[in-house]
Amino acid sequence: MQDILNAIVLFANFVLVPAMAYGSQLALGALGVTLIYGILRFSNFAHGEIMSFGTMFALIAMWAFQAEGIGIEPAPTILLGLPFGIAATVLMLLLVDRLVFRYYRLKKSPPVVLLIVSTGIMFCLNGVIRIVIGPDDRQVSDGARFIVKVGEFKKATGLDEGLAIKTSQLISVAMAILCVALLFWFLNRTRAGKSMRAYSDNEDLALLSGVNPDRVVAIAWVLAGALAAIAGSLYGLDKSYKPFTYLQLLLPIFAAAIVGGIGSPLGAITGGYVIAFSEVMLTYPYKKFIAYLGPADWAPQGLAQLLATDYKFAVSFMILVMVLILRPTGIFAGRTL
Amino acid sequence: MSALVGEGMTGGYGGVDILHDCTIGVDAGEVAVIVGPNGAGKSTAMKALFGMLDLKSGRVAVHDKDITALSPQDRVREGMAFVPQNRNVFTSMTVEENLEMGAFIRDDDFTDTMTQVFDLFPILKEKRRQAAGELSGGQRQQVAVGRALMTQPQVLMLDEPTAGVSPIVMDELFDRIIEVARSGIAVLMVEQNAKQALEIADKGYVLVQGENRFTDSGQALLENPEVRQAFLGG
Repeated sequence: MQDILNAIVLFANFVLVPAMAYGSQLALGALGVTLIYGILRFSNFAHGEIMSFGTMFALIAMWAFQAEGIGIEPAPTILLGLPFGIAATVLMLLLVDRLVFRYYRLKKSPPVVLLIVSTGIMFCLNGVIRIVIGPDDRQVSDGARFIVKVGEFKKATGLDEGLAIKTSQLISVAMAILCVALLFWFLNRTRAGKSMRAYSDNEDLALLSGVNPDRVVAIAWVLAGALAAIAGSLYGLDKSYKPFTYLQLLLPIFAAAIVGGIGSPLGAITGGYVIAFSEVMLTYPYKKFIAYLGPADWAPQGLAQLLATDYKFAVSFMILVMVLILRPTGIFAGRTL
Repeated sequence: MSALVGEGMTGGYGGVDILHDCTIGVDAGEVAVIVGPNGAGKSTAMKALFGMLDLKSGRVAVHDKDITALSPQDRVREGMAFVPQNRNVFTSMTVEENLEMGAFIRDDDFTDTMTQVFDLFPILKEKRRQAAGELSGGQRQQVAVGRALMTQPQVLMLDEPTAGVSPIVMDELFDRIIEVARSGIAVLMVEQNAKQALEIADKGYVLVQGENRFTDSGQALLENPEVRQAFLGG
């Protein structure tokens, strides 16, 4: 019995909790991608850099707060900076839309052109970020690092294995729940939200009904920008802020959106957790876990790790390829919000 | 004074004109039907009236107000409503949400109008929480017409409302359309089922190659031997 409990705690500590937190961050990122796809009908490759951009401004605001000695112990100060990150991202996106995307929209360019344009925006943002904050790795978290500590958990339960829950992990999951609830409330209950779903469902009929396309597009950018800044800040808080890693986040985020069915918010959330759990579970060494469950001499000699952690990006790729071959529409057959 | 009139409309999509000096009008409380062979420009005439086509010449007026230069969206605000032939409902949204979207331009309380639509199409009230995409063809058409009625239009335009529905459902839909017209709305529709449509029409337009060939009351057209022979199958 003790062994089984130990195995469960071990699994929770190294797989369940980290994957939940990472999944929440991916889900928030994928929601932004899916919103833009649902309304503007193109895959926004700049989304990773948009997340980075938002995090950068949240970080700058955080430093300002820290310099003034303002904090919200035990919660991390980045939460105070987050509204500034969101505001900066939203303003930047509305400006970029006005200067760049709008031109191609009015020309009725095909989605692939907009995709290439978004790649251009990605490089531009990347440059801006390097100029403003540089490429260095920066620590985001402050305040209390752990909600549940390994030592205390061991003492309280008397188990050999300990469970640790980081503040950043709890905040990631809580923020994801909050954002998703707000987003669904907005899309399903408000007039503006319903007009967005209508526009995404049937653009011509929405126009006939008097829906203003410029407004719908603006709202889509505002929501995507806010979600991106939040997702980026949470990821930075959980790991660290290094601009380069946000470029790499683009792959799991798109995989998440596509697995769930791009265009479907519910799909983006599901996809985020599917990708996160696959990534963590395939790269976790199960040696100790198996040892707890079987007789003592069962313990495998190797690590019982399916993939080295260096290959974690391959997991997103594999899932992406599998989905595109077996069920190209994704789990929720997305298209509309 | 006609509720809606398009006079001497000439125009098409690219270089080639599809409509040639075509005139179509409908009065309040009337049902007018446009019939004709395939490719006669029936739907094109409808689009021209609704501003989805650039006219080279001719004018369109609602209650004697010239709206030739207005966009389709602005024509909705002038009291026109249009039900396209395809993709005329929001499939992922519930019946009730479809009706709400129909009333999007209204800032006043539209619950009365929604009640009227539910009275006209009782089945919609029953299915109000169901996604429109899950309904049958006939029910979808009712959602489409209901959505258009939510703006309380003076002119309702229907592009082949009975396309792809069974004959029983078609009769039912025609009954409802007459009911709409009797409430004082001008109804203009394009129909493939020419005979049945002319039977309920106060006014009929037979278009051939984008021109008015015959214009008369629905009954007179049905009795016209030339029309019968050429377009109604004897």
